[in-house]
Order: sequence, then structure tokens, then C-alpha cells
Amino acid sequence: MGVKGSVARLSSALFRSRGSSGNTPERTKPVEVSLRRDQTIWLLTAATLTLVAHLPGLPIWVIAFCATLLVWRGWLLWHGKAAPPRWMVAPLVLGVAIGIRLDLGLFFGKTPGLVFLAALLCLKLLEIRTMRDIRIVVLLCFFLQFGLFFNDQSMSAAALVLVALLVTLGSQIALTDPASSTRERLKTGAMLLTQGLPFMLALFVLFPRAISPLWGVPSESVALSGLSDSMSPGTISELIMSDDLAFTVEFNGSRPTPSDRYWRGPVLSRFDGRTWRMAVRPPEDRPTYKPSGKRFDYRIVLEPHQRYWLPTLDYPAGPVEGAIFSYDFQVLTVRPVTKRVQFAFSSFPDAMVGLNEHPPTLDLARQLPPQGNPRARALAAELKAKMPQQTVGRILGWFLDGQFSYTLQPPLRDKDSIDSFLFETRMGFCEHFAGAFVFLARAADVPARVVTGYQGGRINPVNGTISVRQSDAHAWAEVWYAERGWVRVDPVALIVPTRIDHGLEGALDRGLPFMLRPEYSWLRQLRDGWEAVATQWNRHVIAYDGKRQLDLLESFGLEDASPSTAFGAASIAVALLMAGFYGWAQFRRKDDGLDPLDRAWVRFSARLAPHGLARMPDEGPIDYSRRLTIARPADADKLISICTRYACLRYRLPPLRAEIDALAHAIDTLGLKQETATQSVRNQQ
Amino acid sequence: MLTPRIERLVATASEIILGKEYELQLALSCLLARGHLLIEDVPGTGKTTLAHTLARLLGLQYQRVQFTSDLLPADILGVSVFDRESSTFQFRPGPVFAQLILADEINRATPKTQSALLEAMEERQVTSDGQTLPLPEPFFVIATQNPSYQIGTFPLPESQLDRFLLRIRLGYPDRAAERELLQGQDRRTLLESVEAVVSPVELLELQDVASMLIVSDRLIDYAQALLAATRQSPEFVTGLSPRAGLGLIAAARAWALIEGRDHVLPEDVQRVFPYLAGHRLRLASDGRMPGPDDLTRLLRSVAVI
Repeated sequence: MGVKGSVARLSSALFRSRGSSGNTPERTKPVEVSLRRDQTIWLLTAATLTLVAHLPGLPIWVIAFCATLLVWRGWLLWHGKAAPPRWMVAPLVLGVAIGIRLDLGLFFGKTPGLVFLAALLCLKLLEIRTMRDIRIVVLLCFFLQFGLFFNDQSMSAAALVLVALLVTLGSQIALTDPASSTRERLKTGAMLLTQGLPFMLALFVLFPRAISPLWGVPSESVALSGLSDSMSPGTISELIMSDDLAFTVEFNGSRPTPSDRYWRGPVLSRFDGRTWRMAVRPPEDRPTYKPSGKRFDYRIVLEPHQRYWLPTLDYPAGPVEGAIFSYDFQVLTVRPVTKRVQFAFSSFPDAMVGLNEHPPTLDLARQLPPQGNPRARALAAELKAKMPQQTVGRILGWFLDGQFSYTLQPPLRDKDSIDSFLFETRMGFCEHFAGAFVFLARAADVPARVVTGYQGGRINPVNGTISVRQSDAHAWAEVWYAERGWVRVDPVALIVPTRIDHGLEGALDRGLPFMLRPEYSWLRQLRDGWEAVATQWNRHVIAYDGKRQLDLLESFGLEDASPSTAFGAASIAVALLMAGFYGWAQFRRKDDGLDPLDRAWVRFSARLAPHGLARMPDEGPIDYSRRLTIARPADADKLISICTRYACLRYRLPPLRAEIDALAHAIDTLGLKQETATQSVRNQQ
Repeated sequence: MLTPRIERLVATASEIILGKEYELQLALSCLLARGHLLIEDVPGTGKTTLAHTLARLLGLQYQRVQFTSDLLPADILGVSVFDRESSTFQFRPGPVFAQLILADEINRATPKTQSALLEAMEERQVTSDGQTLPLPEPFFVIATQNPSYQIGTFPLPESQLDRFLLRIRLGYPDRAAERELLQGQDRRTLLESVEAVVSPVELLELQDVASMLIVSDRLIDYAQALLAATRQSPEFVTGLSPRAGLGLIAAARAWALIEGRDHVLPEDVQRVFPYLAGHRLRLASDGRMPGPDDLTRLLRSVAVI
């Protein structure tokens, strides 16, 4: 089937009802339709797929409501029962509307709108009586699929919508063309989608983009995992169980070795005896340092984490547009990261930082709660040496000798947690080590602070980017020496060096998160591939905004490109595409000099050709049917019927268009029975 | 209404003329298309029985004329005889005034006699002594030629052959049919017991119906393509004439009617074409008439759409 055919099929699917097509006069009462089972399944599947894509955005009670309605409707249709009376639907609509207002606090808005539409889709399914109702259901499906992109523009969302779109188109075809097979419905649907693809691309690339989207970015915060602004025992070991992607990094040039991949996150200076917290300092305390030495250039695509900090390698050089450099070498954004963002940084790992540190910052790095953890304080006094470097060395030496073990599930004690870790359990995760180390250093009068972030990351073999996950979360320490500035100290690196070189799976024997286990390496490979594609998607599709569009147009040689230039280009591209498709359809129609009837007849022969039963050029329809009948007795009835119908249409009175269409359809949907061995032998003879 | 009658006609005739359904249908087609039939075969293959059977089944008056070299036109057309009582010449109609005439071994007669019959066939009337007398309706001539004995014969010229719509050969019956023939009753005796299935009036109606069968533009296209192929093919000296084209359509219509259809298909044209074109074409290579293989090859070369 050509372009024209499928377009005609779609347009008739959208704008004409089977019930009222043909000879019925206009403006009659809408004909009540009864759906066949397969049509019902198609329609319900389309609606279900559409709603599944929306699941994350729907309140639980709406999901339950929709599921109930879908099952109810499915049951009714399956058993051939009539739709429930209309008066039942009205209170349900009202109820849902009130429920949404109460639950979401507002009724007019993007999210309540989508939730309401999802509920309406199910309600509309419940009251299907006429062809018009069915078309509304289908259009609602289309609209909801489109609406998904308000909330989620990820590649998986797009893939899901594509599937839902295909099934919705298929259900359209099932409604207009009940005789078609499942395969044909999918095929025609896929062809329609393919034909729409060039238009989509042209409009995506060229249609003018508002610099800020008209409908605004999603503002509702969704609980997402990630490092928080505070650390207490257990926070990181909990986070590590999550396999979610934190960010991906693409290096321009050389990559740092695993032991250099410390991704700096929240720096925690304030300690209350149990929890470490960030401390805010006035902007004039912003550090100055001279970038020097090794240099890494990289681009980070950060998954939304609802907070302000951006992960960077030590120590990033500014200025970077949209980023603030804080006193403790964190990089912060102006607004919380609520959607995927991209930043490009240059870092200088060997730069000396904090040489002339502000006294308030140092005071902060010496702060300890007035009481608690007496044994740790006593130990610090014991370990204190003349030079801060010696003190730090002695503390680390004490750790090394202390037979500490690195484990994900250390016993937790609320009171004097550092004492209990250092002297009783001696089992801990990175937050215990970092916290205890900083406590000891501070108690020994060395300025120190906890740095949380991520350590390591996996190189994706598919595209060479580094994926850093929540399971790479880590905590380490930073100490300050007057002549050297801030220096990173990682007690875990000392005690469990494999943690740094080989990641978590190198450091832990038991209790590894699911995805890190060696037997699931194939799953990791699969994920690598997906993430490589997703990175491209994020960079080229999501990040394609108004500015990039204008850059692209200018690179085509359009000087001073503006949104109106883009609009013109989009119009021209779409017009050209339409002309191209039209021309193609015309060409295909003209080239064989055949009318639709003969073309169907030629197709019939082509369908039988694989069975060695192509029509001879000089073979008339009845002779052909005789030969077919002998070769394929199992299908004789169908074959004879087609041949006889063709003979009558062709050689009797001028045929009606509908008759030709009916025959063409019979030919296109012809299914031949499995040929038995004896038959094929006979054919060869 | 008509179809069962034609079916019965064919069925009954097949009981008498064994194993010759195809030739029988061709002969009937020729009759329904208001054409005349030429049978070319050796003696004893059932030519006479065929003619007799058709006459009997259709209730037609039947005359058989054995052509010899001394046969005169008047022996066929009839003579005016002086009637003493009325002192006038009375026309005594010859055998040509029957509804079905079997002209046996037509190539034995002189061209003059041959042309007398052929003119009567074409005009469907006889002019004698300034009097024009119409021939009866329906009027159907079956002529036979013996191809084996060429000495002392006057082969029909091409222009005369064109008067015959179809030319068929009966040939020997196949083994089974011959066995049944040998075992069974004498055909002549069998014929006596046969009742007419169709009356002459009904036959005329059938002929009218046949001439009105639907011939679509597409079928005309196909027929024209066939005619053009005979004219363009280097295999043949000359192509088929427009009159042959008319005959082709008429014969195809009659064939379609026997097949029980109200419209003509390319198959109908293909079935009658070899018997219509065979005696109208000459091979360029040796001037012979083309055989069935030559005509089948021509048919194969012309596509139906």
C-alpha cells in the first residue's frame, strides 16, 4: 500500500465513521456501534499503554480509579453487555474533579489537567456508544501521549509513547477495517508513523522554539535520590544501594585515573555530635586560587537531584555561566537542579587551594560540639604532634593499626557514635571513617572538614563516557596546612585501597548491590549501551533549544537567523516534504499505467508468486483460478472468489469504486493455508 | 432460463459424439454466432454424425450434399422447371434451402459450384432467374474437406475460406471414447431416439442473446492486441482482417454464452482464436496454414492486461 492508501485509511479512520459512511443521509442520529472483541482489545490496549506512560505522574487513587474503570469496561465489552447508563457517568466525573482539587490543591494547571484527562479517558471508554465516542477516546489517547512530555522528556518516555502511538493507530485501523489482521494493523500503523517521521524531524529542528518553554518547566519536585546537605551514620551506605545514575561525564582529552576521580559534592563543616552539615558563608569569603598543573576538560550531564550543588573534580576553574563557586570549593547553581542540566568545567587537580584561607573558615573547620565522644578526644590529645602533618600521619597510622573493617551494615549507636565506632565496633562505611577522622583531626587542633561526593565511576565502553551512580557515593576528608592549603585525606583509601581502585565491588565481599554483582555483568553491558544512547538523546534532543536552533540556522548560512527565519524554514521544509510524498504517490500511481483494479490484480499474482503461482501474462482470470485451485485446494474457495470477482468487475459493467476497494482488500488480506508436503510436490511436478 | 437448455444441448450431444466436447462446443459456438463451420478431416471421424446430431437436437431441417467434380450450381441452389399445367417456370428449391446443410468434401466440386454455395452462405439468399429467394432461418452450413486426397480437388481460395467462421478438425477419438463407441449402439440408431432440445425459434433467440453479451472495453483492447499481433508478427504473411476481428468477437460471445456467462472474458477469445485464425493466416516460412502450436505461441505473446 502506498502513501496515498495509508493516508486515505487514516483520514477515513479519523473523520468518517463506518456507521454513517456510505448511503446514509447526513445529520441522522448517530448509529450505535457494537465493537468486536479484537477491536475492544486494541482500544483498551491503546488506552492502557497511554495511561501506563503516565503512571509516575498520577496519584494512587486515580490509578486505582482508572484501573477499575478499564477492567469494568473490558468485562462489559467482553461479555457483550451494554454501556452503563449516562447518568452514572456524570457523578463520577464530578467526583474525580473534586478529588483532584482536594488532592492537588488546584484544578487548573498542567498536572491536574493531565490527571483529569487520564480519568476522563477511562470514563469515556465506559460510555462508548457511537463511532464518535470511539474517535474521542482515540483523540484523547493521542493528546495524553503528547501531554506526557510536559513531565518527562527522557528517551524511555519517548519510546513508550511511540509504542502507545503505534497501538493507537492500530486500533484506529482495527475500527475502520475490521477484517484486517493484527500484523496488517501494526504494519499500516508503523508505515503511518514512518511517513510522519520526516515531518516530525523537520518540525523538531526548524519549528521556532521559545527560549523558555511556554508552559514552564515541571516545578513539582519528585523525591529523587542523591547526596543531601548533611551526613549522619548510614546516609551514604543507604544511598549506595541505589543504582540510579547520578551524572555522566564526557572528557575532552585525557581522563583521570580511578584514584583521581573524586567528584566533589556537598562539603560538610558543621558537626553536632551526630550529623555533619553544610555551613553557609557570605560570598566575600569566596576563595581565590591560581589554576595550575594538570588540567581536565569535561562536560557533566547531571540528573535532577533537587539540590543546588554540582559535582566537579577538584578544583574547578571559573567562571562558569549559571554556577556559583562557594568558599569550600563547591560549585552551586542558582536554582535547584530539577531537570537534567549540562555544565562544562575545567579542573586542576594539582592546584594549591586555600593558602590564604579566611580565619572564619578555619574556625569553622575546627568547630566541635562542646561535649561527647570523650574517648575520641582523649585519643586525639594523645596523637597530637608538633606539626599538623605529623598529627594527621599519626591519626591515619592509628587507623591502619586498628584492624578496622569496611562494611555496608555497621552496627549503629546513637550516643557517642564516634567513640563506639573507634573503640567498640571498628566496623564502618566511608561516612564513619571520614567523620571519625575529621573529629580526631579537629580534636587535635588540625582544621578539617568532611567532603561528600562520588568516587570513581564506570567508563561506558560504548561511548567512552564515565557514568557515576549513586552507588559510587563516597565521603572523605580535607585537612588544612598553613603552607600547603587544603589537602584531601581519604582514610578509606588507606584502609581499603581496593575501594578506590576497583570501586565498591573491589572493597566488599558480601552485600553488594544487585547491579554490581559479577553474575550480572551482561545487565551492566546492556545498561552501558542504553546510557550511551541516552547521553546522545540528552545532548542532542533535550538540550536542543532556541539558541542552538538559531546557531544551526546560521551554520546553514542564514545570516541573522531569528525565530521567524526558523518558521519560514519549517514551512518550506514541510511543504517540500508534502510535495515529495505527493509526487511519490503520483509517480507510483502513474508508472505502471494500471487502474486500482488491475493494480490489485497484479498484487494478487505477486502474493502467489512465492508459491510458484504467479499469473502468466496471457492468463485470464478463470484459467488462473483453475490453476490455483488445482495447486492449492485448501484455499480454493477464497482464490476462486477473488478471481471471479475480478473477472466480473473487469469484464462486465464498469465497476464501482467500493467494489474495487472490497476486492483489493480481499486480496491484501488473503491468508493462505500452510501448504502440505504433497501439495508442494505436486506443484513442482 | 437459457443456460440449462444450452447445458442440456451440450450434454445430450456429448452422449452421441463421444470424447469431442471441445469440438462440439466450437461447432455450437459457430452456430450461435451465425457463422458457418468448416471441418477438415479424413472420412469416418464423425463429421456427418456431428452435423446430424446438431440438426436433430436443434430440430433443424437437414440436407446433405455430396460434392463431386460434376456437381453444378443448380444442383445446390435449385432449378426452374416448366410446369405444363400452368405453362410457367416453377422454381424447385435445391438442398441449400434447408436449415442445416452438410456440404461433404466441398473441395471436390469446381470453383463455380463452390462459389455458388459460398455466395448463398454469405448473402443468405438465392437469386435464380431474376428471382430472389431468402434462405430459411436459422441457416447453418457445415462443410467438410478431406485433406488427404489432393488429386482432382479444387482447394478453397483464401477469400472463400474467410466465409467460414471457424475451422475445426475432429480427429480420432481418444482410447476410452473409442472403446465406448465400439461397444455401444450404432450412432445413427441412437440419433433416431433423440428428441429436439431446442426449437429453431429458440435457436434464433439464442443467437440474438449471444450477440448481446457484454463485451467490455478491456476485452476489445485484448482482441485488438491479438489482431495487431497477427499483423505485426513476422511469422505470418498477412494479418487477420477486420471481418475476422468481428468474427472473433462474435465467436467469443457465443462461447461465453455456452459457458453460462453474460460477459466475455479473454479466455473465451483464446478458446476460439486458433480455430478462427487457422484458416485465415499463412506462415511466412512455407505458405502453409499455421498449426495449433504456431497459434498458441501467438496467444502466449499477448498479455491480457
